[in-house]
Amino acid sequence: MAKSKSAYSVPGKIGKIERHIIVVWVDNEAGVLARIAGLFSGRGYNIESLAVAEVDKKKHISRITIVTEGTPQVIEQINLQLKKLVPVHKVADFKRGEKDILFRELALFKILGSSKKIDKVRKICKKFNPVILDKTNNSVVIQVTALRAEIDKLALDLKSLGLISTSRTGAVAMTKGPKIFN
Amino acid sequence: MPKLLSGAEIVFKALEDQKVEYIFGYPGGAVLPIYDELKNHKSIKHILARHEQGAGHSAEGYARSSGKPGVLLVTSGPGATNAVTALTDAYMDSVPLVCISGQVPTHLIGTDAFQECDTTGITRPCTKHNWLVKDVNDLSKVLHLAFEVATTGRPGPVLVDIPKDIQFKKGKYKFFKNRLKKKLNGKASRKISNSELDKFIDLMKKSSKPIFYTGGGVINSGPDASKHLRELVSLTGFPITSTLQGLGAYPGDDPQFLGMLGMHGTYEANNAMHDCDLMINIGARFDDRITGKVDEFSPGSKKIHVDIDPSSIGKNIKVDLAIVSDVTELLMSLNKRFKEKNKNFVSSNKQKTSKWWEQIGKWREKKSLNFINSNKVIKPQHAVQRLYELTKNQDTFITTEVGQHQMWAAQHYKFNKPNRWMTSGGLGTMGYGLPAAIGVQIANPGKLVVDIAGEASVLMTMQEMSTAVQYRLPIKIFILNNEYMGMVRQWQELLHEKNYSESYTAALPDFVKLAESYGCVGIRAKTPEELDEKIKEMINVDKPVIFDCVVDKAENCFPMIPSGKPHNQMILGPEEEEEISDEGKILV
Repeated sequence: MAKSKSAYSVPGKIGKIERHIIVVWVDNEAGVLARIAGLFSGRGYNIESLAVAEVDKKKHISRITIVTEGTPQVIEQINLQLKKLVPVHKVADFKRGEKDILFRELALFKILGSSKKIDKVRKICKKFNPVILDKTNNSVVIQVTALRAEIDKLALDLKSLGLISTSRTGAVAMTKGPKIFN
Repeated sequence: MPKLLSGAEIVFKALEDQKVEYIFGYPGGAVLPIYDELKNHKSIKHILARHEQGAGHSAEGYARSSGKPGVLLVTSGPGATNAVTALTDAYMDSVPLVCISGQVPTHLIGTDAFQECDTTGITRPCTKHNWLVKDVNDLSKVLHLAFEVATTGRPGPVLVDIPKDIQFKKGKYKFFKNRLKKKLNGKASRKISNSELDKFIDLMKKSSKPIFYTGGGVINSGPDASKHLRELVSLTGFPITSTLQGLGAYPGDDPQFLGMLGMHGTYEANNAMHDCDLMINIGARFDDRITGKVDEFSPGSKKIHVDIDPSSIGKNIKVDLAIVSDVTELLMSLNKRFKEKNKNFVSSNKQKTSKWWEQIGKWREKKSLNFINSNKVIKPQHAVQRLYELTKNQDTFITTEVGQHQMWAAQHYKFNKPNRWMTSGGLGTMGYGLPAAIGVQIANPGKLVVDIAGEASVLMTMQEMSTAVQYRLPIKIFILNNEYMGMVRQWQELLHEKNYSESYTAALPDFVKLAESYGCVGIRAKTPEELDEKIKEMINVDKPVIFDCVVDKAENCFPMIPSGKPHNQMILGPEEEEEISDEGKILV
């Protein structure tokens, strides 16, 4: 196909796609999550994972952690557009892989099998702060906290050991050291 | 203990405290308590539209011509959904609107009740913010906040959804002022630093091929912005071009003005944008109708962008100097700083920009807005020119619908003042002009208000003629009637092998008789010979007029940057038409 010479709506050069973690502090009011999610879907941005909970009971502030992908220009737009929303107080933006930031995801695994198998499971999960939440003769529910890729791998490894159900949260993030987001 | 008021009373109390004089609306079951309260508030006049979309565009016309927020009152369900087009239009063109909608009683929300819809859900992406008020004691706070959000920063529409039981319930009223601590959309009334200004001035001084590119932000910033812009342009001696929405901020007949830019902009404006070495964007947003292909947009220039909305900067085009500010504030400090240090800049800089002006002169010689006139049929461009000549000596307000006539109006009607030009640019809403003219006339009694229309667009909201007649609003609907959806026809001719699929309107009404049936005046002009007389007749009638101007059916709107061509290659007229590539045809 010949190179398009169009003057209109031709996609420009696409920059490098980066993964970012965006943290948004919002008033915990009705519809606020729809506003954030609608902004992403309406402008064609992608949400890979999402974690939301109220973090200040008195002021009713919720903290939303969104993992997203985009070119630097798109990521900048996401930040600026989020800041325009009325219930949004502040927005923090981190590139995946930044050194000063901690990320964690939590997962629950349900595994069926003999106690021997389950011992094996505990071993595999050892590095990821495993907690047995429930145990029967032939089943176990185990909780781990880790990075996404680690959980992805765990889930894969546990499949052959009787994993029948997985439940995961989105990522949450926090800065290292005494500093906080401002 | 303050007196308790009903929700409906609180609505009016808040409107009074916001100094609202007019509301545009349409009653229905879920807003009846508010309509019931209307009689007790003489300072507020309700304008009954014939469709909620019409009410919305009227509120937009009112807002854009007066600088005050427009207020819209609609019922639940279909009332709210009908208003969505107007809200979206206002959102795209940054028009401050406050829409109050009724909702089914709180206990029925979510039950698929009669005339229930998820109004806040539907309007979330087309408002700056919206609220569903579930407690009457929140109502006054929400209403005042609504006005503040609508009018601060980059203006836009907001919606307050009030369930019927909340309208009856009694609660406290309080006038909240300036509650917003957050600086919405960079409303930041911040001081612009001298280093930013010096950088700005430095770029201007270094440039030998500068151009000002100004937009609707100048109009939205208020009449002072226009004044300061004119001063800056005369202080620098630079050429200036304007977007569709910015027309009127700078006098259209001034020699430094190159005309409108963009898809149907002038040859000189577009070429100057392409070849300049400094582009100074004040209150415009690098929209796709302006930039064309982003990668090839003005490749050799440094760019300055002044915008009140931080998310507008860097969205489409990367710039070298970004200033988030209100236009008036920026221009005031910039002019002051500039004058302090640069006496007689224009004469000392003349040498530097003389070649640039020479080049612009050459582009101008193309006379890209020219057309081949006729003495048999009325050419639409000629009709707009005659309208301009016959109305330019009075303070005239022009609205338009969307299509060819809109572009001809923008090209051939010269505006000298801000807030005189109301057109749907962002959303491109056919049917905008007639109801907008109603709002304009209400805000500007005694002034001449003309809707330059196409026959297809105007039929979309024709019912609002009834509103104009009811309130004795002598708006003039000047229809350039070519029996086609002209812009669709033009694209089909140029891009789709003249397959005029569904763009011809058979069975059009007789507009003169239609006017008469509405109780207004119908005038028809068929030949160039009688045009002037008929236009004068229209101007002199103190009643709403539908003017059926029968024009050339096949006329195209030029110049045009066709799809499939780089930005600096325009089609100037029928004799220069070129083939457009297949890839170009898929683009809008």
